[in-house]
Amino acid sequence: MSAISRSREKWVLLFPAILVLSLITVLPFLQTVWTSFTDAEITAREQQVNWIGLENYIWALTDPDFLEALGRTMYFTVVSVGLEGVLGIAVALLLNQKFRGRWFLRVIIILPWAVPTIVNAVAWRLIYHPDYGALNSLLLQLGFIDSYTSWLGDPDRALNMVILADVWKNFPLVAYIALAAMQTIPGDLLKAAAIEGAGAWKRFHSITLPWIIGPMLVVLILRTIEAFRVFDIIYVMTRGGPSDGTKTASFYVYQEYFSYLRSGSGASYAVVVAGISAVLILAYYAGIRRDQRGA
Amino acid sequence: MKLKTLMAVTASAAALMTSAAMADTTLNALFMSQAAYSEDNIKSMTASFEAANPGTKVDLEFVPYEALHDKIIAASGAGDDGYDVVLFDVIWPAEFAERGFLTDVSDRVAADLTSKIFDGAWTTVEYDGKRYGMPWILDTKYLYYNTEILANAGIETPPETWAEVLEQAKVIKDKGLVEYPLVWSWSQSEAMICDFTTLTAAHGGSFFDDGKPAFETGGAKAALDYMKTSLGDGLTNPSSLEYFEEDVRRVFSAGDAAFAMNWTYMNSLVNDPNESKVAGKVGVMSAPGVDGVSEASAVNGSMGLGIPSNSPHADQAWAFINHLTNQSTQEEFANLSLPIWKASYSQSAVTDGQEDLVAAADKSIAVMYPRPLVASYTEVSSILQKHLHGSLLDQTTSEEALANAAKRVARIR
Repeated sequence: MSAISRSREKWVLLFPAILVLSLITVLPFLQTVWTSFTDAEITAREQQVNWIGLENYIWALTDPDFLEALGRTMYFTVVSVGLEGVLGIAVALLLNQKFRGRWFLRVIIILPWAVPTIVNAVAWRLIYHPDYGALNSLLLQLGFIDSYTSWLGDPDRALNMVILADVWKNFPLVAYIALAAMQTIPGDLLKAAAIEGAGAWKRFHSITLPWIIGPMLVVLILRTIEAFRVFDIIYVMTRGGPSDGTKTASFYVYQEYFSYLRSGSGASYAVVVAGISAVLILAYYAGIRRDQRGA
Repeated sequence: MKLKTLMAVTASAAALMTSAAMADTTLNALFMSQAAYSEDNIKSMTASFEAANPGTKVDLEFVPYEALHDKIIAASGAGDDGYDVVLFDVIWPAEFAERGFLTDVSDRVAADLTSKIFDGAWTTVEYDGKRYGMPWILDTKYLYYNTEILANAGIETPPETWAEVLEQAKVIKDKGLVEYPLVWSWSQSEAMICDFTTLTAAHGGSFFDDGKPAFETGGAKAALDYMKTSLGDGLTNPSSLEYFEEDVRRVFSAGDAAFAMNWTYMNSLVNDPNESKVAGKVGVMSAPGVDGVSEASAVNGSMGLGIPSNSPHADQAWAFINHLTNQSTQEEFANLSLPIWKASYSQSAVTDGQEDLVAAADKSIAVMYPRPLVASYTEVSSILQKHLHGSLLDQTTSEEALANAAKRVARIR
């Protein structure tokens, strides 16, 4: 088969997927981009939609509250994905050891991830509850605190508490991928290294980590994209409070659209968030390609 | 043969379905699942409507108050599949009317109703001289007090001014009767704005003057200072900054507070032994005033029922609204929400067993103060929420908080 017909065959086979993706992703995205350059609003009346150029973007990027929210979202993303990565690999290492009841642990560890985000958020809100939350009761009985504390009521602390809830929900996914990758490491390789005198850390650092880094990058990309557009867990746990301390960028998109009814402006906020996500994805891809060349 | 039978069955089934569809109208109605009428109340009102109107069915949907506004907006683009009846708050008619989300029902309202229903209730559904629904929940926040705690503290009469509230709370705290005598719903939400509005009204303040923010000084600033003082002196439960109305009810029902601000619905629930440890030990009164400024204070927290402009069943929807808002329905369910009808307040069905609530309502309804009646209210409120909450958390002084909020309100597009 010639190279040209092979290439055509690829396009023919890809066509259905491209068509479906265009309809459900590309077209709405282009429409959002177009809307972001207009003064469109949500209204049941006839409206004259005007092209206003970059005005929405200038507005969004000079909105000190939105810029603060972008910084907050970045913090949320870096800390939660970072913790999920470290915790996920650590748990995977543990689950990769031979011990009695391992199969049971491997099954139940996925539970937090299987629970819907909304349910997880409600559960953690109850755990953090200032009056009858389990966290207060536990820490008080262990003697770590003297009186009940308001975990989600303190603006400096609330975001970290939400991050903890998010990490709890999502680290099992990272752990599973890491575990699957670790199981493909030939046992001989690790044994040989041990015989040669490599300690546990050396074996992890020189064999395990390089072996699993590809799959880890993929799962961390997925988590980064999700974390950067975080909305549901915050909507349920704090609704952006206290004093906007947990209001993330996606919350502003939602607010511009559905609370303030400015669809044009809301679209520009959404495009900014999508643009930053795209930069993050490209950075990861660059990381993966470098890794593949290195391997 | 078999094919023929199949076709015949299909055809008759189709005929049945069409005739069923012609006979039945299903109304989609949106309500909230907190405060005022309970879900059970609304279900039984709906059942009696359906019994009286064969052929009309009503599908009820209940959402938290915090989701109500955005639900109404999101469904406005749903065409025939949106809602036919929606519950809306007193702060939204300006926005909903300007954007055409609600049907103008001025012509449907009988002229003689105007004088039979309280003015404060009418303002809930009016904008620019037109009516966009019927008032349904005539509500404001009252001051509830625990009579046993007050008696144990040696306090003979409940407070007549907001200053006295703090004085009595101090006595109660000093005697060790409860750790935090006051509890409020001061989470970053509309619930906090309602308490702030009550206190602003009490101190003679206002939100806007000639379209410009006027809350940086005067009564509004005094209101915020009052809130901060009560927190700083340890008289207000600090968890109030996370509380909604239901949390306030829970804390007060557990006997952990001497005073609480809440809506009408709390009166019957705190006096229900199944729901409350303080049943029978509760007093309810109008929120007090400020010496030399006001006698009593209240926020207009009423809500109305309207027909979204995309509803294809406006006539049936209006019939349902009339059923829910009529005097006999409201008198039957008066223990969680007081009627909009002036005549109801002398009916024993309404007053029996809740004489003190009705007396308080009489006083409060007359002084109900509105939150700003502007189309951008949602944005004004969320700006105020952020800056007030920050100040209550001691991140800013009251001057800074209100100045920042005013600056931000001036930036609204």
